Amino acid sequence: MKKNISHVFLLFFIIQIGCAQENPPIIQIPEVMNYSYEIVIGGIDIPWGMAFINQDELLVTEQAGTLYYVKNGEKKEVAGLPPVYFRGQGGLLDVALHPDFSKNKIIYLTLGANTESDNKGGNTSLYCATLYGTELIDVKLLYKATPNTKKGQHFGSRIVFDKEGHIYFSIGDRGNREANPQDITRDGGKIYRLNLDGSIPRDNPLIEKSDNWLSDTPLKTAIYSYGHRNPQGMVIHPVTGEIWEHEHGPQGGDEINIIKKGDNYGWPEITYGINYSGTIITNKTSAPHMKQPFYYWIPSIAPSGMAFSTSNIYEGWKGNLFVGSLKFQYLERLVIENEKVIKREKILNNIGRVRNVVEGPDGYLYLGVEGKGIVKILPKK
Amino acid sequence: MKVFILTYFLGLGVIGYHLAPQKSKAESIKDGSEIYLDLCYRCHGLDGVGQDDMIPPLKSSDYLLKNIELAIAGLKYGLKGEIIVNNKTYNGYMAYQGLENDEIADVMNYILNQWGNSSKNFVTTLQVDEINKSILEK
Repeated sequence: MKKNISHVFLLFFIIQIGCAQENPPIIQIPEVMNYSYEIVIGGIDIPWGMAFINQDELLVTEQAGTLYYVKNGEKKEVAGLPPVYFRGQGGLLDVALHPDFSKNKIIYLTLGANTESDNKGGNTSLYCATLYGTELIDVKLLYKATPNTKKGQHFGSRIVFDKEGHIYFSIGDRGNREANPQDITRDGGKIYRLNLDGSIPRDNPLIEKSDNWLSDTPLKTAIYSYGHRNPQGMVIHPVTGEIWEHEHGPQGGDEINIIKKGDNYGWPEITYGINYSGTIITNKTSAPHMKQPFYYWIPSIAPSGMAFSTSNIYEGWKGNLFVGSLKFQYLERLVIENEKVIKREKILNNIGRVRNVVEGPDGYLYLGVEGKGIVKILPKK
Repeated sequence: MKVFILTYFLGLGVIGYHLAPQKSKAESIKDGSEIYLDLCYRCHGLDGVGQDDMIPPLKSSDYLLKNIELAIAGLKYGLKGEIIVNNKTYNGYMAYQGLENDEIADVMNYILNQWGNSSKNFVTTLQVDEINKSILEK
């Protein structure tokens, strides 16, 4: 009898392992697919970043190191980029327009860079430049993370702006989780905030601490939040104005976070994920003074790019969050109610590695799909 | 005379380059494993079996083991379009990862001799140098 009971327990245990996988809500395939897609810009292998100037004009980055200016579907290479350090997940990353772009033609770029000529690899940098036709002039380095490393992992990076004249950008932990994300004297595993001219805002969270800091190793006062792994999605919430971010976790444990000034998001002290080899990083999923994610994905979807739909173009999608999945090669639609994810859906299943998603000025959703280019989602009428 | 001296030193340079100590197979495999664990395993897996219908296996892969030069070219330039691996068709996209030619040699030697794969071929930096994009276009 005892033996039987232990068998029953063993069975329960096995079932539990089998089922304890996906973090709810379970991803669904929509019953009715009232949308299709078209490739609006082809011939871009890894369309990493995208910035619309208006309905007909946009800028697109190709990770290997090309910036394209596109008008009515026709693309031209923009000259004058700073040297790009391309390795693994690094290269030319995000592109964004200055909030006053229509007047000053200033753009911002994040990219892997080696500005020290030390032959030791690279790290993520933020540049600004003026777009003059299809040429960049007045190219300025605003921030360069150190130290350089040849690791191909976790460069980040996305760029967003608030309405108070700040630019925010993310840098991943550069494959050094022990050293970087929890150390506020080091770069990596952080979200940074600067003024639009690249100076450090006087009300950044570490400024006060820095004034009383006695150590020889100065604080990185550009830091806005820390304890991140590899944020490749960031967007301003269209209603609340909050910064929404997502980041690649380890195996299981990709996260959505709402970014608040000075907060610690816990990596690698707390995580819902494990190493890719199956070994444990930590058993802790929470700790005092460390923020919990808004949502976490088990299994990992490898999220990249993030956008809210704010238009009435797609039936039932207004207010929903959209996230690209590199791993499962679809666009994920997340329905959020009362500050909870209540539904997840696969849009355009098997379309390819979805690197980016942006809502255009025309209200349509545009995806950057690896090997394909820029894809526009069309509602079926 | 000047031309002779120039040619002489140029010749020495070229010979010197080719005589540069090539690492042993074991060293190359070890360095290759580090690159694999940085840049490759997330898609191809720690066990080299790939992923569902999207990412082809490296373990016991006929494409890899019978087309070493094609595999090198894929690492050197990226690989796009349809390929057939162990009678199964894949149509994904593998990006160029920014690896130097000596690193491509190392990671090739690693995947050719891992998970039960074994190859008599020892991929050298020189071999990677000599492969160009055109072989992918055949």
